[in-house]
Amino acid sequence: MFDRRLITHFDWGLLALTLLLGCVGSVVLYSAVHAGGSVNHDGLLVRQLFWFAIGGGVMLFSLLFSYKRLDQWGVFIYAGGLLLLVGVMVFGRYGGGARRWLVLGPISIQPSELMKIALCIILARYFAKTFTGEGLRIRDLVQPFLLVLFPFILIVQQPDLGTAILLFIIGGSLTLFVGLKRHTFLTLMGAGLACVPMIWFFLKEYQKQRILTFLDPGRDPLGTGYHIIQSKIAIGSGQLFGKGFLGGTQNALDFLPEQHTDFILSVLAEEWGFVGCAVLLFLYLLFLAWSLNVAYRCRDAFGTFLAVGITVMNFWHIFINMGMVMGLLPVVGVPLPMVSYGGSSVVTMFLGVGILLNISMRRFIVD
Amino acid sequence: MAPGSDYLRNSENDGYRRRLMFLFGFAAFFFLILLTRLFYLQILQGDEYARLSENNCIRLQSIPPHRGLIYDRNARLLVDNRPAYDLQIVPGDARPMAEVLARLSELSGIPVSDFEERLERNRGPGYRAVLLRQDLERDVVGILSARRYDLPGVRIDAKPRRQYMYPGLAAHLIGYLGEVNAQELQRPENADLRGGDFLGKTGVERVYDTILRGERGGRQVEVNARGQVVRILQTVPAKPGASLYLAMDQDLQARTEALMEGRVGAVVAMDPQNGQVLAMVSSPSFDQNLFAKGIGTEEWRKLVENRHRPMENKVIQGAYPPASTYKIISAMAALEEGVVDSGTRFFCSGSHAYGDRNFRCWKRTGHGSLNLVEALEHSCDVYFYQVGQRLGVDRLAWYARAAGFGRRTGVDLDHEEAGLVPTAGWKRRRLGIPWQGGETLSVVIGQGYNLATCMQAAVMMAAVGNGGTLYRPQVVHEIREAGGNLVKRFAPEVTGRLPVTPENLELIREGLWNVVNRPTGTARRIRDPELDIAGKTGTAQVLSRKSEDEESSSRPGFEPHAWFVAFAPYRDPKIAVAVIVEHGEAGSAVAAPIAAEVIRSYLKSGKKADETGP
Repeated sequence: MFDRRLITHFDWGLLALTLLLGCVGSVVLYSAVHAGGSVNHDGLLVRQLFWFAIGGGVMLFSLLFSYKRLDQWGVFIYAGGLLLLVGVMVFGRYGGGARRWLVLGPISIQPSELMKIALCIILARYFAKTFTGEGLRIRDLVQPFLLVLFPFILIVQQPDLGTAILLFIIGGSLTLFVGLKRHTFLTLMGAGLACVPMIWFFLKEYQKQRILTFLDPGRDPLGTGYHIIQSKIAIGSGQLFGKGFLGGTQNALDFLPEQHTDFILSVLAEEWGFVGCAVLLFLYLLFLAWSLNVAYRCRDAFGTFLAVGITVMNFWHIFINMGMVMGLLPVVGVPLPMVSYGGSSVVTMFLGVGILLNISMRRFIVD
Repeated sequence: MAPGSDYLRNSENDGYRRRLMFLFGFAAFFFLILLTRLFYLQILQGDEYARLSENNCIRLQSIPPHRGLIYDRNARLLVDNRPAYDLQIVPGDARPMAEVLARLSELSGIPVSDFEERLERNRGPGYRAVLLRQDLERDVVGILSARRYDLPGVRIDAKPRRQYMYPGLAAHLIGYLGEVNAQELQRPENADLRGGDFLGKTGVERVYDTILRGERGGRQVEVNARGQVVRILQTVPAKPGASLYLAMDQDLQARTEALMEGRVGAVVAMDPQNGQVLAMVSSPSFDQNLFAKGIGTEEWRKLVENRHRPMENKVIQGAYPPASTYKIISAMAALEEGVVDSGTRFFCSGSHAYGDRNFRCWKRTGHGSLNLVEALEHSCDVYFYQVGQRLGVDRLAWYARAAGFGRRTGVDLDHEEAGLVPTAGWKRRRLGIPWQGGETLSVVIGQGYNLATCMQAAVMMAAVGNGGTLYRPQVVHEIREAGGNLVKRFAPEVTGRLPVTPENLELIREGLWNVVNRPTGTARRIRDPELDIAGKTGTAQVLSRKSEDEESSSRPGFEPHAWFVAFAPYRDPKIAVAVIVEHGEAGSAVAAPIAAEVIRSYLKSGKKADETGP
């Protein structure tokens, strides 16, 4: 039955923050596609707004049923995600040397994005069941490790090392949040440190080169190394107040590759300067704090872990994307939540927010 | 507050509270790192980056790789690269544009309207170079370089361009380059190419494109406000492509082309012991250098509309009725299926009645009584009508397929045709009508629905010569790095064996030797004891029904195609040849002398090489 408390407890603040970030993204995207002048990318902006609408719709739809259903459906959602990834392997479309997209009629989706949410759900479900209040033991970690490993392998072979590693980072962060026994933690650290040289020893020369280039873009001055230099010039030249709306020159000249997707921050930084970036960082921090508050107020372990998982996912997206655009981290295909262009990423973010809203508004309902 | 809820808070949520607070602190700390980095880039280094952004100073220039060269089997250079100079302009740097263009036009003698047209067509982002003119003349390059300080945004880029040393020589085998099109750019193997790049469109230039291509290099440079390079930041050298050594012998190729001058058709010569293609001629030919420069529409139209189809490689793309050369297959099938043996004789009266039709022999007065060896020597049609009637089309088809007809030979060239070996089932599927017995009589002498390529005929003939082994024809012999180190040597590849016992093959070989060497053989006029050729003539009717005048001219445009297939020397074959001359009329008169001349040039030069060589 429809409960009036669902409305009274609706988390308007979180929704408002999300939409605000979406607006920032649209304005920056407008700038990214318009300043060029020569090549018309107008379609991109329209498509992004279309994706916002789809994402919003999916989000509202997800509010109709309780997030506790996700606990029951977790296995199926996860299996569906894996199936889509296998589909990419078999029927996927090539683009830029990788196979990441699944073409469904007029749209193409990137199942690796949706997999992130599926992973949060299945891990929250597992930890909620095994959680006893004491730290996790090694044997408790076998199953979550495998749950991350399967999609990891499927995504690594696309190849998309960045997204694949992100799955491990999200899973690892959630595991640490749930808590480990001290000796479990130390054993894992030791094993991890011992494994790295072993793996390195077994890699082929070209694979080593690829990893070294991944870690240090300077080794690839014609590819990512060049992107990073242009990105740093764009950000740095924004200085304190930026060059103003549509005033960017780096972005205007098509220097920045993927300037509307993963490198969108450089457009924002160039036009709005340090002040603009600081405001964006503040909005994101507020968004994360709000999300953690949802986790805090939730009464059941599944909901708490799920909320933490989604928050952690958003946090790593923000940090890794910004770090990479500023030349602090390797260049990986990680979008900036709500700001980067990209259908699958927008829908995933909205879905995540939808789950948070769901957990928030049903916090007093005990069934 | 009730003790119950208090308990809830203490046991779980307050446990989370600490962790959630920690998580938030963690996130805030990482955000602080980002903010610090932003402060460093935008505030501390802001002025420097603002300067660099002023003119989009840091740019990427690509260094085109050196495409691999192509040699013949004796390491004679066939395809080279020469430096060419392209005139480019970066619109964002060329300010004021009109003035720069006017000065450029004055210095180079090229009208401004040409430039404006190119600029109009290539309206990209303002800092991407636009190609104004390809392949500038040397003196213009000199003048423009001397005045480059008056020409902001103007660049002259040296770019290797393909040069075919012997225009038209082996044009179909070697192929040519063309600008990459949108569809080709989509393919995964072309991920490193960009619009404006060249890639192989036909021949070995296409098949071995990824090997020849090499890897693009580039440099990061800093330019000044006029778009001129002031500093090279980083360079990645281009990697040259590997070179090809063809199996083809340039002398033999040139000689063969001279023999085909003025004729329409194809010749292929191969080494019967390993399948290497020694010469491959499709006539008429074309000049590949036209393509290397970027062919004009008028020239292109002329090539495409030529009714002799110069762009087609007739050796592998021309499918013709195999005519009497097919009797070699029919003889194999007849012997192996026990339809005839060496002693079986049929009487040829000049025609053969079957159903309500009378099937003629090419010799209207008849051959009298002959056995299989004699039937091959005289190319008697009636003998083979008898054979066909007893074999049936499907048994014959099995032998044809086993001998390599009706499927691609697998030569390392593109767009090979498979030809056609008809069966009763094929006709039912394709045309919806049942097979007629009379059609078998056409098929058995290589007329009717049969289609074969010159290459298939040569592969089959090479196998007859070498004792029955079918080889995959290979046009490339070795791949070597730019430095000369061997990357790959192609080993002979066996694709099958002729479906015939050694004794029966010996009978057929005897018949083929008689064709040339007996005073009554159909190709007696090319007899040369020194060469010791064995072969088979063929005269392919262009009209479906045999016309009244056999082996003599009929209406112009409908003259029969002339075939000759051969190997030599008889006992230890060193060369197998297949020749087809379109509308050449009788095989014996036109095609056989060409084949004999090809064999002569090769065997004579081979002797010389053997004497001087290792």
